[in-house]
Amino acid sequence: MGFLAAVGRIFLHFLEAIGRVTQFTGTALFHCATPPYYIAHVGRQMLEIGYFSLPVVGLTALFTGMVLALQSYTGFARFSAEGAVATVVVLSVTRELGPVIAGLMVAGRIGASMAAEIGTMRVTEQIDALSTLSTDPFKYLVAPRLIAGFTMLPLLVLVADIIGVFGGYLVGIYKLGFNPATYLKRTEEFLEAMDVISGLVKAGVFGFIISLMGCYHGYHSRGGAQGVGAATTDAVVSASILILVFNYAITEIFFAK
Amino acid sequence: MTENRPKIRIRGLVKRFGRKVVLNGVDLDIGYRESVVIIGGSGTGKSVMLKCILGLLAPEAGSIQVDGEEVVGAGRAVRERVSRKIGMLFQGAALFDSLSVWENVSFGLMQAEGMGRTEARKIAEEKLAAVGLGKEVAILSPAELSGGMKKRVGLARAIATNPEVIFFDEPTTGLDPIMSDVINDLVVKSVKELGATALSITHDMASARKIAHRIAMLHAGRIIWAGPVAAIDHVDNAYVDQFIHGRAEGPIKMEVRA
Ligand SMILES: Nc1ncnc2c1ncn2[C@@H]1O[C@H](COP(=O)(O)OP(=O)(O)OP(=O)(O)O)[C@@H](O)[C@H]1O
Ligand SMILES: [Mg+2]
Repeated sequence: MGFLAAVGRIFLHFLEAIGRVTQFTGTALFHCATPPYYIAHVGRQMLEIGYFSLPVVGLTALFTGMVLALQSYTGFARFSAEGAVATVVVLSVTRELGPVIAGLMVAGRIGASMAAEIGTMRVTEQIDALSTLSTDPFKYLVAPRLIAGFTMLPLLVLVADIIGVFGGYLVGIYKLGFNPATYLKRTEEFLEAMDVISGLVKAGVFGFIISLMGCYHGYHSRGGAQGVGAATTDAVVSASILILVFNYAITEIFFAK
Repeated sequence: MTENRPKIRIRGLVKRFGRKVVLNGVDLDIGYRESVVIIGGSGTGKSVMLKCILGLLAPEAGSIQVDGEEVVGAGRAVRERVSRKIGMLFQGAALFDSLSVWENVSFGLMQAEGMGRTEARKIAEEKLAAVGLGKEVAILSPAELSGGMKKRVGLARAIATNPEVIFFDEPTTGLDPIMSDVINDLVVKSVKELGATALSITHDMASARKIAHRIAMLHAGRIIWAGPVAAIDHVDNAYVDQFIHGRAEGPIKMEVRA
């Protein structure tokens, strides 16, 4: 009896949380679409997400592409299909690894800082102060971050794709001894527009999720420094999990037959 | 025109946090261009009451009218219209730490009224001067200020748009006696010269005597006494008497366990 009640309670809490996030999302989208727009804030967030994440995302993409070439070579060598390395690298990077790795890195970098910043504003009553100065916190804080996340992550992933493929190329040429021309030819031979597009769609969704979780947890944080710390952790963890879940869902939509 | 209708009218206001009842049927009128000071023990819900009027907290029951317009349960448009009339000094100042001091002060002017930066800065510097802060402070960031300076910047921000109603949550806490008196004068001046309605919270009885037309005491979730400032010294109410004389013995029991 006690056990069932506990399960029921957890389930209800879960549904309640989903309801709250949905409502938050609805309000946020409404404020994204209606004036006033804080263009300067959108710009600043875009810079923060798109430009300042470049080194982290670029480095991880580079090494991911490199290790991918190395691993698939060892695997394919067992049945003499070494020639497929270039194709495997480009498909894995554009379809899966580029968006997912960039998403997870940005979730750690940006999601955390959004939750910490907005959370601190919440517990020091700065969000209340915004309202008393006739400024809607959703418009001023949440909307610019959502717009920037949604638009900048695809660009970031495009760069990550290129760097990742380049990493594979480096290993392919200098370590595995492929002919550069053949490697490049194999890279583009089987690549379809849909592979890249699906990856960019994922990136847009992930960017939205990262900003949403950062803002949501920050906005609802309470209880001082400890509360802000918890909000930061929650933002990163929930964004990471949602990224993996949505990654599967979007792959299913695009490629399941 | 509206002289006989109170600027703010509160009836039966109830606010709970979980099981804890903080406000339990508050009734209070604040007249047009009147300065009311709320006194009461720490944690009795004075700040919560202000936040209910501002619509930052949703009360469980009761009615709050500003200029005859109901705020409790009102839609966005009404809430926005009402919040435009009210300037608020938060107890913890609540300055935006990503903006400089002068941008904080002129935030309402630039955001809500669309004023240009040059003009807004000029007004911000005037308001800062009114709270005793010089031009060199204007470009600092809030993190570089002392507690009392933050409070004064918060005050300058609250009055910058010349609102019809101003809420001061402990305007003189953390200030030295001389600066406290400067701030008292500023509150008096806001009411007298700008024609504002003021609702202040303070623990400082000297300040209360100076700025209030009327004093109201909040205790156990209700306004237990309200009356003109001159009457405060001969009130036939043991609670008020204990509070204004700051005695540990009396009907108000502080929750201290030795
Ligand atoms: N957001 C909140 N969540 C839960 N409880 C709260 C919240 N805000 C205030 N309270 C509780 O409400 C009560 C009244 O708080 P409030 O800040 O109004 O006190 P106060 O009268 O302003 O005290 P002080 O003079 O010390 O500032 C306190 O007991 C506090 O614990
Ligand atoms: Mg208070």
